[in-house]
Amino acid sequence: MAELAQDDGGGKKGGKKRPKKGPARIDMTPMVDLGFLLLTFFVLTSTFAKPKVMSLVYPAKDPDIPEQPKQDQLVNNAITFIVSDGRLFYYKGEFYPEGNTKGKPATVLTETDFGPTGIRKLLADENKFVLRKKTELDGKLQRKQISDSIYKKQMIEAKKDKEALKVLVKTDMKAKTKNFIDVIDELYIASIGVIAPVDIMNSEQALLDKTLNK
Amino acid sequence: MAEINKPKGSPSIDMTPMVDLAFLLVTFFMLAATFRTDEPVEVSIPSSIGDKEIPEKTLVLVTVDKGGRVFFSCTGEEVRKKVLTQMAAKYKVPLSEDNVKEFVRITSIGCSMSQLPQYLSLDGEGRKKFPTETGIPSDSLHNELKDWINFANREMLDYGKKMFEEESAKQGKNAAPLKPDDYKPKFVLKAAMDAEYVRVKNVIETFRDLNLNNLNFVTSQEAAPVVK
Repeated sequence: MAELAQDDGGGKKGGKKRPKKGPARIDMTPMVDLGFLLLTFFVLTSTFAKPKVMSLVYPAKDPDIPEQPKQDQLVNNAITFIVSDGRLFYYKGEFYPEGNTKGKPATVLTETDFGPTGIRKLLADENKFVLRKKTELDGKLQRKQISDSIYKKQMIEAKKDKEALKVLVKTDMKAKTKNFIDVIDELYIASIGVIAPVDIMNSEQALLDKTLNK
Repeated sequence: MAEINKPKGSPSIDMTPMVDLAFLLVTFFMLAATFRTDEPVEVSIPSSIGDKEIPEKTLVLVTVDKGGRVFFSCTGEEVRKKVLTQMAAKYKVPLSEDNVKEFVRITSIGCSMSQLPQYLSLDGEGRKKFPTETGIPSDSLHNELKDWINFANREMLDYGKKMFEEESAKQGKNAAPLKPDDYKPKFVLKAAMDAEYVRVKNVIETFRDLNLNNLNFVTSQEAAPVVK
């Protein structure tokens, strides 16, 4: 409108020179600065991968509950891990100290490692019963033959079965937290149902010391 | 001689795409991020296949750092305040109003009750450097950790119950019913990878003495391998 009005009134050719009207240029540098400042702030203060938790249920300390029947069950099909600083030993079944009255051969600790060829293979071999059952149930679940809740229930049953492997985890004074967690983790991977983190016995400690000093 | 073309004025670069990108990233980080809490200790956690989320609502957290020092924390302003009041009463430690406010604001604490007023008057950096050998005393003779956990457990139970009722009332009729288990106190142990296990075990025993047997270890998640 204003332009039109001026054209009408002026009449003269090559009159007042007006600045060229190109696209308006805005200096964006401060905005970019601010943008990157905010970006840096958010990058540095944020956390993405939220840590997860691994739950572990400990046996109750209640003295009223008799522990005897549980012990009997355990010895049939049990494996005991003894964790020391970065090293892992195990023995199967019950512990027999040297020169025991029952006339059984003394327990020997076998060394294994935390890797896939060590403890994982060992547990997979020992816990075949549950793992086979798990594969069977997994297949059924995939073919939608059973529901999720039945799957869970049957898995728990399988883990509690007499045939299922029971594991005791004992630690000595030098064990690191990582070692312990690693063992528990492997137990979960191998679908072990009964996990008992218990105190190390004096006789076991003595045997461990002997084995370590070899 | 060839004429050299001198550039006229400063060259102007079109910054629009860069700005676009910067703000896009800003928006992304703003929306996707949760802020890191200022913990008095940094601990490197071991990894496992555990895939449960850390319970945010009703959390009682005990941290063991690599030197074996013990730290305690729990969620909920109300709970924290009540726990602190009970602890102060039990150990007869006089705490100022500011101390209580500060305690409610911060995350973990790691000192004995007698040191607490001094500890709370420090700022975040000061607390990180606070000279303490054991953090919260947790040996069998003088187990303050046990009291912390015990009070927190009790208060958290009440608080969780209240929250459950409130949130259930808010829910519509068609919504899935809330699980009461989600509102029960959850006990989480954040132990450093290279902490002596004996120290962690000591904390575990403290929990077990209180008959709290379901513990959770904080771990970073790794993919579960296939077992054949």
